[in-house]
Amino acid sequence: MALVSTDDLRRVLREVTGESPDDVDEASFLETSLEQLGYDSLALMEAAARIQQEFGVRLADDDVFRIGTPRELLRFVNDAAATGR
Amino acid sequence: MSTHVLVTGIGLLTANGVGVEQFWAALQEGVSGLASLSRFDASGYPARLAGEIKGFRAPDHLPGRLLAQTDVSTQYALVAADWAVQDAKIAPGDYLDYEMGVVTANASGGFEFTHREFRKLWTLGPQAVSVYESFAWFYAVNTGQISIRNCLRGPSSALVAEQAGGLDAIGHARRTIIRGTPMMVTGGVDSALDPWGWVSQLSGGRVSPVTDPASAYLPFDVAASGYVPGEGGAILTLENADAARARDAQRNYGEIAGYGTTFDPQPASGRPNGLGRAAEIAMAEAEVTPTEIDVVFADGAGVPELDRAEAETIVRLFGPGGVPVTASKALYGRLYSGAGPVDVVTALLSIRDGRIPPTPSGAGPVAGYDIDLVTRVRPASVACALVLARGKGGFNSALVVRRS
Repeated sequence: MALVSTDDLRRVLREVTGESPDDVDEASFLETSLEQLGYDSLALMEAAARIQQEFGVRLADDDVFRIGTPRELLRFVNDAAATGR
Repeated sequence: MSTHVLVTGIGLLTANGVGVEQFWAALQEGVSGLASLSRFDASGYPARLAGEIKGFRAPDHLPGRLLAQTDVSTQYALVAADWAVQDAKIAPGDYLDYEMGVVTANASGGFEFTHREFRKLWTLGPQAVSVYESFAWFYAVNTGQISIRNCLRGPSSALVAEQAGGLDAIGHARRTIIRGTPMMVTGGVDSALDPWGWVSQLSGGRVSPVTDPASAYLPFDVAASGYVPGEGGAILTLENADAARARDAQRNYGEIAGYGTTFDPQPASGRPNGLGRAAEIAMAEAEVTPTEIDVVFADGAGVPELDRAEAETIVRLFGPGGVPVTASKALYGRLYSGAGPVDVVTALLSIRDGRIPPTPSGAGPVAGYDIDLVTRVRPASVACALVLARGKGGFNSALVVRRS
Protein backbone atom coordinates (compact mmCIF):
# COMPACT_ATOMS: atom_id res chain seq x y z
CA MET A 1 0.00 0.00 0.00
CA ALA A 2 1.63 3.20 -1.16
CA LEU A 3 2.24 5.74 1.55
CA VAL A 4 1.23 8.70 -0.55
CA SER A 5 -1.81 8.39 -2.85
CA THR A 6 -2.81 10.41 -5.88
CA ASP A 7 -5.49 12.10 -3.80
CA ASP A 8 -2.90 12.96 -1.15
CA LEU A 9 -0.75 14.61 -3.79
CA ARG A 10 -3.65 16.58 -5.27
CA ARG A 11 -4.56 17.79 -1.79
CA VAL A 12 -0.98 18.80 -0.95
CA LEU A 13 -0.66 20.74 -4.21
CA ARG A 14 -3.95 22.51 -3.58
CA GLU A 15 -3.07 23.37 0.01
CA VAL A 16 0.39 24.72 -0.61
CA THR A 17 -0.19 26.59 -3.84
CA GLY A 18 -3.80 27.62 -3.57
CA GLU A 19 -4.31 26.15 -7.01
CA SER A 20 -6.40 23.05 -7.44
CA PRO A 21 -5.76 20.36 -10.05
CA ASP A 22 -9.31 19.10 -9.46
CA ASP A 23 -10.57 19.86 -12.92
CA VAL A 24 -8.13 17.37 -14.44
CA ASP A 25 -9.15 13.69 -14.35
CA GLU A 26 -6.86 11.31 -12.51
CA ALA A 27 -5.27 9.69 -15.56
CA SER A 28 -4.46 13.02 -17.18
CA PHE A 29 -3.25 14.44 -13.89
CA LEU A 30 -0.74 11.62 -13.41
CA GLU A 31 0.76 11.93 -16.90
CA THR A 32 0.81 15.71 -17.43
CA SER A 33 4.02 17.46 -16.49
CA LEU A 34 3.81 19.47 -13.28
CA GLU A 35 4.94 22.51 -15.22
CA GLN A 36 2.06 22.14 -17.65
CA LEU A 37 -0.32 21.74 -14.72
CA GLY A 38 0.84 25.20 -13.64
CA TYR A 39 3.24 24.34 -10.82
CA ASP A 40 6.52 26.22 -10.98
CA SER A 41 9.74 25.35 -9.17
CA LEU A 42 8.70 27.23 -6.03
CA ALA A 43 5.39 25.39 -5.89
CA LEU A 44 7.24 22.07 -6.14
CA MET A 45 9.66 23.04 -3.38
CA GLU A 46 6.72 23.95 -1.21
CA ALA A 47 4.98 20.66 -2.00
CA ALA A 48 8.17 18.73 -1.22
CA ALA A 49 8.44 20.48 2.16
CA ARG A 50 4.84 19.57 2.97
CA ILE A 51 5.32 15.95 1.91
CA GLN A 52 8.32 15.72 4.19
CA GLN A 53 6.35 17.20 7.08
CA GLU A 54 3.29 15.01 6.58
CA PHE A 55 4.79 11.75 5.42
CA GLY A 56 8.35 11.92 6.70
CA VAL A 57 9.85 11.39 3.26
CA ARG A 58 12.67 13.70 2.36
CA LEU A 59 12.97 15.09 -1.18
CA ALA A 60 16.18 16.95 -1.95
CA ASP A 61 15.91 20.03 -4.18
CA ASP A 62 17.82 18.20 -6.92
CA ASP A 63 15.29 15.36 -6.83
CA VAL A 64 12.40 17.78 -7.04
CA PHE A 65 13.72 19.48 -10.15
CA ARG A 66 14.33 16.17 -11.94
CA ILE A 67 10.75 14.98 -11.43
CA GLY A 68 8.48 15.71 -14.38
CA THR A 69 5.00 14.34 -13.74
CA PRO A 70 2.84 13.52 -10.71
CA ARG A 71 3.28 9.83 -11.52
CA GLU A 72 7.06 10.21 -11.26
CA LEU A 73 6.73 12.21 -8.05
CA LEU A 74 4.50 9.58 -6.42
CA ARG A 75 6.78 6.77 -7.51
CA PHE A 76 9.83 8.59 -6.14
CA VAL A 77 8.17 9.39 -2.82
CA ASN A 78 6.69 5.93 -2.30
CA ASP A 79 9.93 4.15 -3.29
CA ALA A 80 11.81 6.32 -0.81
CA ALA A 81 9.25 5.57 1.90
CA ALA A 82 9.42 1.83 1.20
CA THR A 83 13.20 1.72 1.44
CA GLY A 84 13.15 3.80 4.60
CA ARG A 85 15.02 6.81 3.25
CA MET B 1 6.80 61.78 -28.84
CA SER B 2 4.96 64.16 -26.56
CA THR B 3 6.39 65.21 -23.20
CA HIS B 4 2.91 65.30 -21.72
CA VAL B 5 2.09 62.43 -19.40
CA LEU B 6 -1.57 61.67 -18.76
CA VAL B 7 -3.36 59.62 -16.14
CA THR B 8 -5.63 57.26 -18.04
CA GLY B 9 -6.75 54.71 -15.45
CA ILE B 10 -7.18 54.46 -11.68
CA GLY B 11 -7.61 51.62 -9.19
CA LEU B 12 -7.93 52.55 -5.52
CA LEU B 13 -8.73 51.04 -2.12
CA THR B 14 -8.96 52.94 1.16
CA ALA B 15 -10.81 52.67 4.45
CA ASN B 16 -13.59 54.98 3.36
CA GLY B 17 -14.02 53.69 -0.15
CA VAL B 18 -13.15 50.76 -2.36
CA GLY B 19 -13.01 52.01 -5.94
CA VAL B 20 -12.64 55.59 -7.11
CA GLU B 21 -16.23 56.80 -7.11
CA GLN B 22 -17.12 55.30 -3.72
CA PHE B 23 -13.97 56.87 -2.29
CA TRP B 24 -14.67 60.29 -3.84
CA ALA B 25 -18.27 60.35 -2.63
CA ALA B 26 -17.14 59.57 0.93
CA LEU B 27 -14.39 62.17 0.76
CA GLN B 28 -16.67 64.99 -0.33
CA GLU B 29 -19.09 64.18 2.50
CA GLY B 30 -16.21 64.14 4.97
CA VAL B 31 -17.01 60.51 5.83
CA SER B 32 -14.23 58.96 7.87
CA GLY B 33 -13.11 55.36 7.58
CA LEU B 34 -11.19 55.38 10.87
CA ALA B 35 -12.34 52.95 13.54
CA SER B 36 -11.10 50.54 16.22
CA LEU B 37 -8.84 47.85 14.83
CA SER B 38 -10.76 44.69 14.05
CA ARG B 39 -7.99 42.75 12.33
CA PHE B 40 -6.60 41.57 15.66
CA ASP B 41 -7.18 42.26 19.36
CA ALA B 42 -5.44 45.60 19.89
CA SER B 43 -6.81 46.26 23.37
CA GLY B 44 -3.37 45.92 24.94
CA TYR B 45 -1.73 48.57 22.75
CA PRO B 46 -1.47 52.32 23.40
CA ALA B 47 -3.11 53.05 20.02
CA ARG B 48 -6.08 51.11 18.69
CA LEU B 49 -7.48 53.05 15.74
CA ALA B 50 -6.76 52.39 12.10
CA GLY B 51 -8.11 52.99 8.61
CA GLU B 52 -9.01 49.42 7.68
CA ILE B 53 -10.36 48.58 4.26
CA LYS B 54 -13.84 47.08 4.61
CA GLY B 55 -16.04 45.03 2.35
CA PHE B 56 -13.22 43.65 0.25
CA ARG B 57 -12.51 39.94 -0.18
CA ALA B 58 -9.38 39.11 -2.10
CA PRO B 59 -10.67 35.66 -3.22
CA ASP B 60 -13.42 37.47 -5.15
CA HIS B 61 -10.77 39.12 -7.30
CA LEU B 62 -7.66 36.94 -7.45
CA PRO B 63 -6.98 33.26 -8.19
CA GLY B 64 -6.01 30.87 -5.40
CA ARG B 65 -2.51 30.50 -6.79
CA LEU B 66 -1.82 34.20 -6.21
CA LEU B 67 -3.54 34.31 -2.83
CA ALA B 68 -1.23 31.63 -1.46
CA GLN B 69 1.92 33.55 -2.31
CA THR B 70 0.97 37.14 -1.54
CA ASP B 71 0.66 39.40 1.45
CA VAL B 72 -2.58 41.37 1.79
CA SER B 73 -0.79 44.54 0.63
CA THR B 74 0.19 42.82 -2.60
CA GLN B 75 -3.36 41.54 -3.06
CA TYR B 76 -4.65 45.11 -2.80
CA ALA B 77 -1.96 46.28 -5.25
CA LEU B 78 -2.78 43.55 -7.79
CA VAL B 79 -6.48 44.31 -7.68
CA ALA B 80 -5.87 48.06 -7.89
CA ALA B 81 -3.64 47.46 -10.93
CA ASP B 82 -6.34 45.28 -12.53
CA TRP B 83 -8.89 48.03 -11.97
CA ALA B 84 -6.57 50.72 -13.36
CA VAL B 85 -5.85 48.76 -16.53
CA GLN B 86 -9.55 48.01 -16.97
CA ASP B 87 -10.43 51.65 -16.32
CA ALA B 88 -7.93 52.74 -18.98
CA LYS B 89 -9.33 50.09 -21.34
CA ILE B 90 -5.87 49.14 -22.48
CA ALA B 91 -6.44 46.25 -24.86
CA PRO B 92 -4.06 43.43 -25.76
CA GLY B 93 -2.07 44.66 -28.73
CA ASP B 94 -2.27 48.36 -27.85
CA TYR B 95 1.32 48.15 -26.66
CA LEU B 96 4.14 45.62 -26.87
CA ASP B 97 5.07 44.07 -23.55
CA TYR B 98 8.38 45.98 -23.59
CA GLU B 99 6.49 49.24 -24.05
CA MET B 100 4.80 48.91 -20.65
CA GLY B 101 6.62 49.14 -17.32
CA VAL B 102 5.78 49.23 -13.62
CA VAL B 103 7.16 51.37 -10.83
CA THR B 104 5.58 51.12 -7.41
CA ALA B 105 6.50 52.43 -4.00
CA ASN B 106 6.38 50.38 -0.85
CA ALA B 107 7.12 51.33 2.73
CA SER B 108 6.47 48.25 4.80
CA GLY B 109 6.51 45.22 2.52
CA GLY B 110 4.55 42.11 3.45
CA PHE B 111 4.19 42.30 7.22
CA GLU B 112 1.16 40.11 7.81
CA PHE B 113 2.41 37.26 5.60
CA THR B 114 5.85 37.43 7.20
CA HIS B 115 4.45 37.53 10.71
CA ARG B 116 2.57 34.28 9.98
CA GLU B 117 5.76 32.70 8.70
CA PHE B 118 7.67 33.85 11.79
CA ARG B 119 5.04 32.18 13.92
CA LYS B 120 5.50 28.94 11.99
CA LEU B 121 9.28 29.26 12.26
CA TRP B 122 9.21 29.56 16.03
CA THR B 123 6.49 26.98 16.69
CA LEU B 124 7.02 24.38 13.95
CA GLY B 125 10.60 24.92 12.85
CA PRO B 126 12.25 26.16 9.64
CA GLN B 127 10.84 23.36 7.46
CA ALA B 128 7.36 24.79 7.94
CA VAL B 129 8.21 28.24 6.60
CA SER B 130 6.65 28.83 3.20
CA VAL B 131 8.98 29.08 0.24
CA TYR B 132 6.85 32.04 -0.89
CA GLU B 133 8.17 34.08 2.03
CA SER B 134 11.29 34.42 -0.12
CA PHE B 135 9.55 37.18 -2.04
CA ALA B 136 6.22 37.89 -0.35
CA TRP B 137 7.90 40.20 2.16
CA PHE B 138 10.04 42.48 0.08
CA TYR B 139 9.49 45.97 -1.25
CA ALA B 140 9.71 45.09 -4.91
CA VAL B 141 7.08 42.38 -4.79
CA ASN B 142 4.17 44.60 -5.85
CA THR B 143 6.10 45.71 -8.92
CA GLY B 144 7.06 42.10 -9.62
CA GLN B 145 3.62 40.56 -9.23
CA ILE B 146 1.90 43.35 -11.21
CA SER B 147 4.50 42.91 -13.94
CA ILE B 148 3.95 39.14 -14.12
CA ARG B 149 0.16 39.27 -13.98
CA ASN B 150 -0.10 41.92 -16.68
CA CYS B 151 2.91 40.89 -18.81
CA LEU B 152 4.62 44.23 -18.41
CA ARG B 153 8.25 43.85 -19.50
CA GLY B 154 9.28 47.50 -19.84
CA PRO B 155 11.55 49.44 -17.44
CA SER B 156 10.40 48.64 -13.93
CA SER B 157 11.48 49.33 -10.38
CA ALA B 158 10.41 49.78 -6.78
CA LEU B 159 11.03 52.84 -4.64
CA VAL B 160 11.15 53.05 -0.87
CA ALA B 161 10.84 56.48 0.77
CA GLU B 162 8.20 55.92 3.47
CA GLN B 163 5.34 58.36 2.97
CA ALA B 164 7.07 60.18 0.08
CA GLY B 165 7.63 57.08 -2.03
CA GLY B 166 4.25 57.10 -3.70
CA LEU B 167 4.93 60.48 -5.30
CA ASP B 168 8.43 59.32 -6.22
CA ALA B 169 6.97 56.34 -8.05
CA ILE B 170 4.61 58.51 -10.07
CA GLY B 171 7.40 61.02 -10.73
CA HIS B 172 9.69 58.26 -11.91
CA ALA B 173 6.94 56.77 -14.08
CA ARG B 174 6.55 60.18 -15.71
CA ARG B 175 10.30 60.38 -16.27
CA THR B 176 10.34 56.88 -17.78
CA ILE B 177 7.55 57.78 -20.19
CA ILE B 178 9.38 60.93 -21.28
CA ARG B 179 12.45 58.78 -21.86
CA GLY B 180 10.49 56.64 -24.34
CA THR B 181 8.29 54.02 -22.65
CA PRO B 182 4.72 54.89 -23.66
CA MET B 183 2.80 53.31 -20.78
CA MET B 184 3.61 52.88 -17.10
CA VAL B 185 1.63 51.32 -14.29
CA THR B 186 2.50 53.16 -11.09
CA GLY B 187 1.44 53.98 -7.55
CA GLY B 188 1.79 52.54 -4.09
CA VAL B 189 -0.05 50.36 -1.60
CA ASP B 190 0.81 49.55 2.01
CA SER B 191 -0.77 47.48 4.75
CA ALA B 192 0.78 46.50 8.07
CA LEU B 193 -2.21 45.91 10.33
CA ASP B 194 -1.06 42.78 12.13
CA PRO B 195 0.44 42.85 15.66
CA TRP B 196 4.05 42.98 14.47
CA GLY B 197 3.30 45.59 11.81
CA TRP B 198 1.34 47.54 14.43
CA VAL B 199 4.15 47.75 16.97
CA SER B 200 6.53 48.71 14.18
CA GLN B 201 4.32 51.65 13.33
CA LEU B 202 3.84 52.62 16.97
CA SER B 203 7.60 52.59 17.50
CA GLY B 204 7.88 55.57 15.14
CA GLY B 205 6.46 57.70 17.92
CA ARG B 206 4.01 59.59 15.72
CA VAL B 207 0.82 57.54 15.99
CA SER B 208 -1.94 59.30 17.93
CA PRO B 209 -2.96 57.73 21.28
CA VAL B 210 -6.38 59.41 21.14
CA THR B 211 -9.18 56.87 21.28
CA ASP B 212 -11.97 58.80 19.57
CA PRO B 213 -11.82 58.27 15.78
CA ALA B 214 -13.22 61.75 15.16
CA SER B 215 -10.40 63.48 16.98
CA ALA B 216 -7.36 61.25 16.64
CA TYR B 217 -6.02 62.50 13.31
CA LEU B 218 -6.42 66.25 12.84
CA PRO B 219 -3.67 67.77 10.67
CA PHE B 220 -2.84 71.42 11.44
CA ASP B 221 -5.40 71.46 14.26
CA VAL B 222 -4.96 72.91 17.73
CA ALA B 223 -5.74 69.39 18.98
CA ALA B 224 -3.34 67.57 16.65
CA SER B 225 -1.94 64.51 18.41
CA GLY B 226 -0.34 62.44 15.67
CA TYR B 227 -1.75 60.32 12.88
CA VAL B 228 -3.86 57.22 12.49
CA PRO B 229 -2.30 54.51 10.28
CA GLY B 230 -4.31 53.17 7.40
CA GLU B 231 -4.00 50.54 4.70
CA GLY B 232 -4.53 50.81 0.99
CA GLY B 233 -3.39 53.04 -1.81
CA ALA B 234 -3.83 53.58 -5.52
CA ILE B 235 -2.40 52.29 -8.78
CA LEU B 236 -2.59 54.45 -11.89
CA THR B 237 -1.91 53.94 -15.56
CA LEU B 238 0.14 56.77 -17.03
CA GLU B 239 0.56 57.20 -20.77
CA ASN B 240 2.43 59.41 -23.15
CA ALA B 241 -0.21 61.79 -24.53
CA ASP B 242 0.58 60.93 -28.16
CA ALA B 243 0.46 57.21 -27.47
CA ALA B 244 -2.84 57.54 -25.61
CA ARG B 245 -4.29 59.44 -28.56
CA ALA B 246 -2.95 56.86 -31.02
CA ARG B 247 -4.80 54.04 -29.26
CA ASP B 248 -7.90 56.19 -28.91
CA ALA B 249 -7.80 56.22 -25.11
CA GLN B 250 -11.15 57.29 -23.73
CA ARG B 251 -10.02 58.34 -20.29
CA ASN B 252 -7.91 61.35 -19.46
CA TYR B 253 -8.05 62.30 -15.81
CA GLY B 254 -5.35 64.93 -16.16
CA GLU B 255 -1.64 65.47 -16.48
CA ILE B 256 1.29 64.74 -14.22
CA ALA B 257 3.07 67.99 -15.02
CA GLY B 258 6.03 68.21 -12.68
CA TYR B 259 7.91 66.31 -9.99
CA GLY B 260 10.50 67.28 -7.41
CA THR B 261 12.23 65.42 -4.61
CA THR B 262 14.74 66.40 -1.95
CA PHE B 263 16.29 65.04 1.20
CA ASP B 264 16.44 66.91 4.50
CA PRO B 265 19.73 67.95 6.08
CA GLN B 266 20.74 66.37 9.40
CA PRO B 267 18.40 67.55 12.17
CA ALA B 268 21.12 69.31 14.17
CA SER B 269 22.47 71.24 11.20
CA GLY B 270 20.08 74.16 11.54
CA ARG B 271 19.56 74.20 7.78
CA PRO B 272 15.98 74.31 6.50
CA ASN B 273 14.11 71.16 5.53
CA GLY B 274 13.85 70.32 1.84
CA LEU B 275 10.06 70.35 1.40
CA GLY B 276 9.84 73.84 -0.09
CA ARG B 277 12.62 73.09 -2.52
CA ALA B 278 10.88 69.90 -3.69
CA ALA B 279 7.76 71.97 -4.38
CA GLU B 280 9.79 74.59 -6.27
CA ILE B 281 11.43 71.93 -8.42
CA ALA B 282 8.06 70.38 -9.26
CA MET B 283 6.50 73.75 -10.12
CA ALA B 284 9.53 74.72 -12.23
CA GLU B 285 9.26 71.48 -14.22
CA ALA B 286 5.54 72.09 -14.72
CA GLU B 287 6.37 75.69 -15.69
CA VAL B 288 3.87 77.11 -13.21
CA THR B 289 4.26 79.85 -10.64
CA PRO B 290 2.73 79.59 -7.16
CA THR B 291 -0.15 81.88 -8.22
CA GLU B 292 -1.26 79.22 -10.69
CA ILE B 293 -1.63 76.54 -8.00
CA ASP B 294 -5.29 76.30 -6.96
CA VAL B 295 -4.94 73.87 -4.05
CA VAL B 296 -2.22 72.19 -2.01
CA PHE B 297 -2.73 68.61 -0.85
CA ALA B 298 -0.55 68.66 2.23
CA ASP B 299 1.43 65.83 3.75
CA GLY B 300 -0.58 66.50 6.90
CA ALA B 301 1.40 64.50 9.45
CA GLY B 302 -0.82 65.66 12.33
CA VAL B 303 2.24 65.93 14.58
CA PRO B 304 2.44 69.56 15.81
CA GLU B 305 6.12 70.19 14.98
CA LEU B 306 5.69 68.67 11.53
CA ASP B 307 2.44 70.53 10.91
CA ARG B 308 4.20 73.76 11.82
CA ALA B 309 7.14 73.04 9.51
CA GLU B 310 4.81 72.22 6.64
CA ALA B 311 2.64 75.30 7.26
CA GLU B 312 5.73 77.51 7.30
CA THR B 313 6.84 76.02 3.99
CA ILE B 314 3.43 76.61 2.41
CA VAL B 315 3.36 80.21 3.65
CA ARG B 316 6.89 80.81 2.34
CA LEU B 317 5.84 79.62 -1.12
CA PHE B 318 2.31 81.05 -1.33
CA GLY B 319 2.05 83.79 1.29
CA PRO B 320 -0.22 83.74 4.38
CA GLY B 321 -3.59 82.23 3.44
CA GLY B 322 -2.37 82.33 -0.14
CA VAL B 323 -3.74 79.00 -1.34
CA PRO B 324 -6.40 76.53 -0.13
CA VAL B 325 -4.75 73.66 1.76
CA THR B 326 -6.31 70.32 2.57
CA ALA B 327 -5.27 66.98 4.09
CA SER B 328 -8.29 64.83 3.36
CA LYS B 329 -6.10 61.80 4.00
CA ALA B 330 -7.05 62.22 7.67
CA LEU B 331 -10.40 60.64 6.71
CA TYR B 332 -8.84 57.27 5.84
CA GLY B 333 -5.46 57.24 7.57
CA ARG B 334 -1.81 57.66 6.77
CA LEU B 335 -1.07 55.20 3.97
CA TYR B 336 2.71 55.51 3.62
CA SER B 337 3.46 54.65 0.01
CA GLY B 338 -0.27 54.72 -0.75
CA ALA B 339 -0.67 58.31 0.42
CA GLY B 340 0.85 60.14 -2.51
CA PRO B 341 -1.02 58.20 -5.21
CA VAL B 342 -4.35 58.57 -3.39
CA ASP B 343 -3.69 62.31 -3.03
CA VAL B 344 -2.93 62.49 -6.77
CA VAL B 345 -6.27 60.78 -7.48
CA THR B 346 -7.97 63.22 -5.11
CA ALA B 347 -6.31 66.13 -6.92
CA LEU B 348 -7.47 64.83 -10.30
CA LEU B 349 -11.04 64.45 -9.04
CA SER B 350 -10.93 67.95 -7.53
CA ILE B 351 -9.93 69.21 -10.97
CA ARG B 352 -12.67 67.19 -12.66
CA ASP B 353 -15.51 68.16 -10.33
CA GLY B 354 -14.39 71.59 -9.08
CA ARG B 355 -14.53 70.61 -5.43
CA ILE B 356 -11.87 70.48 -2.71
CA PRO B 357 -12.49 67.75 -0.09
CA PRO B 358 -12.26 68.69 3.58
CA THR B 359 -9.71 68.10 6.32
CA PRO B 360 -11.39 66.86 9.49
CA SER B 361 -11.01 69.43 12.23
CA GLY B 362 -11.43 69.54 15.97
CA ALA B 363 -10.88 72.81 17.80
CA GLY B 364 -9.80 74.39 14.52
CA PRO B 365 -6.52 75.06 12.69
CA VAL B 366 -3.71 76.68 14.67
CA ALA B 367 -4.13 80.40 13.95
CA GLY B 368 -0.40 81.02 13.87
CA TYR B 369 0.04 78.65 10.91
CA ASP B 370 -1.58 81.24 8.61
CA ILE B 371 -2.88 78.67 6.14
CA ASP B 372 -6.29 78.56 4.48
CA LEU B 373 -7.24 75.07 5.67
CA VAL B 374 -10.30 73.60 3.93
CA THR B 375 -12.43 72.08 6.68
CA ARG B 376 -15.70 71.76 4.75
CA VAL B 377 -16.00 70.61 1.15
CA ARG B 378 -15.38 73.70 -0.97
CA PRO B 379 -16.54 74.34 -4.52
CA ALA B 380 -13.60 75.84 -6.40
CA SER B 381 -12.24 76.07 -9.90
CA VAL B 382 -9.22 73.79 -9.75
CA ALA B 383 -6.99 73.61 -12.80
CA CYS B 384 -3.65 72.92 -11.14
CA ALA B 385 -2.82 71.23 -7.82
CA LEU B 386 0.34 70.69 -5.79
CA VAL B 387 0.67 67.42 -3.87
CA LEU B 388 3.21 67.19 -1.04
CA ALA B 389 4.56 64.22 0.88
CA ARG B 390 7.20 63.81 3.58
CA GLY B 391 8.68 60.43 4.48
CA LYS B 392 10.06 59.76 7.93
CA GLY B 393 13.82 59.94 7.81
CA GLY B 394 14.06 63.04 5.64
CA PHE B 395 12.25 62.36 2.35
CA ASN B 396 10.35 65.20 0.65
CA SER B 397 8.47 64.87 -2.61
CA ALA B 398 6.14 67.09 -4.60
CA LEU B 399 4.03 66.61 -7.70
CA VAL B 400 2.10 69.12 -9.83
CA VAL B 401 -1.12 67.73 -11.26
CA ARG B 402 -2.92 69.69 -13.97
CA ARG B 403 -6.09 69.68 -15.98
CA SER B 404 -5.31 68.32 -19.42
